[in-house]
Amino acid sequence: MWTWFYRLASPPYVYGLATALTPWLLAGAGLAIAAGLVGGLVFAPPDYQQGDAFRIIYVHVPGAFLSLMVYCIMAVAGAIGLIWRIKMGHAVAVASAPVGASFTLIALVTGSLWGKPMWGTYWAWDPRLTSELILLFLYVGVMSLRSAFEDSQRGDRAAALLAIVGVINVPIIHFSVQWWNSLHQGPTIAKIGAPSMPGSMLWPLLAMLLGFALFYGAVLCMRLRGEVLNRERQSTWVREAVRS
Amino acid sequence: MTPGSAQGTGVGPARGDAAGSVPGVAESPAPGAGVGTFGAAALIMRRELRLSFRRPEHLVQPLVFFLIITTLFPLGLSLQLSQLRDMAPGVLWGAALLSSLLSLDALFKSDADDGTLEQLALSGQGLTVIVIAKTLAHWLVTGAALVLVSPLVATALDIPASAFALMMSSLALGTLTLSWLGSIGAALTVGLKRGNVLISLIVLPLAMPLLIFGASATERAISGTSAAGPLYLLTALCVLTTTLAPFAASAALKISLD
Amino acid sequence: MTSPEFWSMGGYAGYVWPCFAFALGVLAWNLWAARRCYREARSRALRTVQMTEAERA
Repeated sequence: MWTWFYRLASPPYVYGLATALTPWLLAGAGLAIAAGLVGGLVFAPPDYQQGDAFRIIYVHVPGAFLSLMVYCIMAVAGAIGLIWRIKMGHAVAVASAPVGASFTLIALVTGSLWGKPMWGTYWAWDPRLTSELILLFLYVGVMSLRSAFEDSQRGDRAAALLAIVGVINVPIIHFSVQWWNSLHQGPTIAKIGAPSMPGSMLWPLLAMLLGFALFYGAVLCMRLRGEVLNRERQSTWVREAVRS
Repeated sequence: MTPGSAQGTGVGPARGDAAGSVPGVAESPAPGAGVGTFGAAALIMRRELRLSFRRPEHLVQPLVFFLIITTLFPLGLSLQLSQLRDMAPGVLWGAALLSSLLSLDALFKSDADDGTLEQLALSGQGLTVIVIAKTLAHWLVTGAALVLVSPLVATALDIPASAFALMMSSLALGTLTLSWLGSIGAALTVGLKRGNVLISLIVLPLAMPLLIFGASATERAISGTSAAGPLYLLTALCVLTTTLAPFAASAALKISLD
Repeated sequence: MTSPEFWSMGGYAGYVWPCFAFALGVLAWNLWAARRCYREARSRALRTVQMTEAERA
């Protein structure tokens, strides 16, 4: 167990692992997303309240869930890079940021497209969507801070610290926005993702969640390969890897 | 700290460490060489305050900025006076956040540029103490000053005088919290040439809970209902940032000074 | 379920289909961008390798 953990800190091992995992993750993601799409669009019955518009949750919920999860992964990976000086931690954080930001974008756009028929407006300052928007700002902050540094090592560490500060703030932001919304008595239609769902509605959602998670893994591996090559340009193993 | 950069300066291992006395730097001109932690913090704070009072334009500019922003909204919205009162908490708080951010850029920058910060870090007092002292001094000259000016703005925004006490205490808590958050942002961007916009980009999303609770406390003070709830939450945020932010900011400074 | 009925999505076609199209578009962008990131890094590494070898020669 521990030796495996130590090996994860070694760039050539990570590069090989990412190369080996990419096709499997991609295939898994493709299968799960395809199954989720067919199940969600064709087999799931229309919701008794929201009609067919509820099908939007099949992309909205995975996007929102993954955006949060990827932010947490980014912060943890950054913390590992910061505390134990493990370069691969920073590489994972760098590779995760754009993917997570794109998932927030999915959640925001699909959420507001869902809001139009439900609330009559694209943007009703719904607390979850507002938190999602602030999460997007946090992602943008981390990415811009990193790219502002000419010295990439320093940029990595500064961005990691900001991600950690952000991850402490995410629940606070979520709570405060919810609190704020409860004051203003916003739209109170049963929100996306009711807890009690019939199986025919639930399994496509789970398939999509799995598909999005595997997709994140696949893109992470692909980006990680690039990141590792960038960071290890001078080493001998890269010379061997690039030549082949 | 990378080995290369440490050897370059010759004092590598001792930099930024909180360890007591560092041989070879005892005669450094930085304050705090022979005093306790509190004494050093007081010395740094006094130096900061003296520096700001020597250049009064730096004191006045954020306040004028605050006044200008609060003037923008009524002019742009062309509201009735009664409607203005509904907008007032949001306008007041938005303006307060923006004008305290304005001067944050300089929190560590001038001292980092001329090497004072490195000297302070070498004084053996630990970066955390320096961060606390500098941030508190910054809050005194911007946040506290803003709180003192706020009744003026509040009157113009048609906030009743009965709400002033609550409004000012919430603003005091809020600006202090923002100063702590801002110290992290300023420390992260201290090595960058154009960090000003970046600080806002980093700090403002983190400050949104502050705006929500602060504006809500002010709103309740105006309408005469109990503002205890948001004030408690604001206090909780202030305590949380006061305990955590100095460590985060000093870690960020360490990254920048390495 | 007949085909036109399916595409009309109970009258919500204008919202449902753009959502799925956007989501899949973003996923496709992710793949493209990740691929480009890898390719660029690879060619840069290749250049570095060639430069060091040229220096040695």
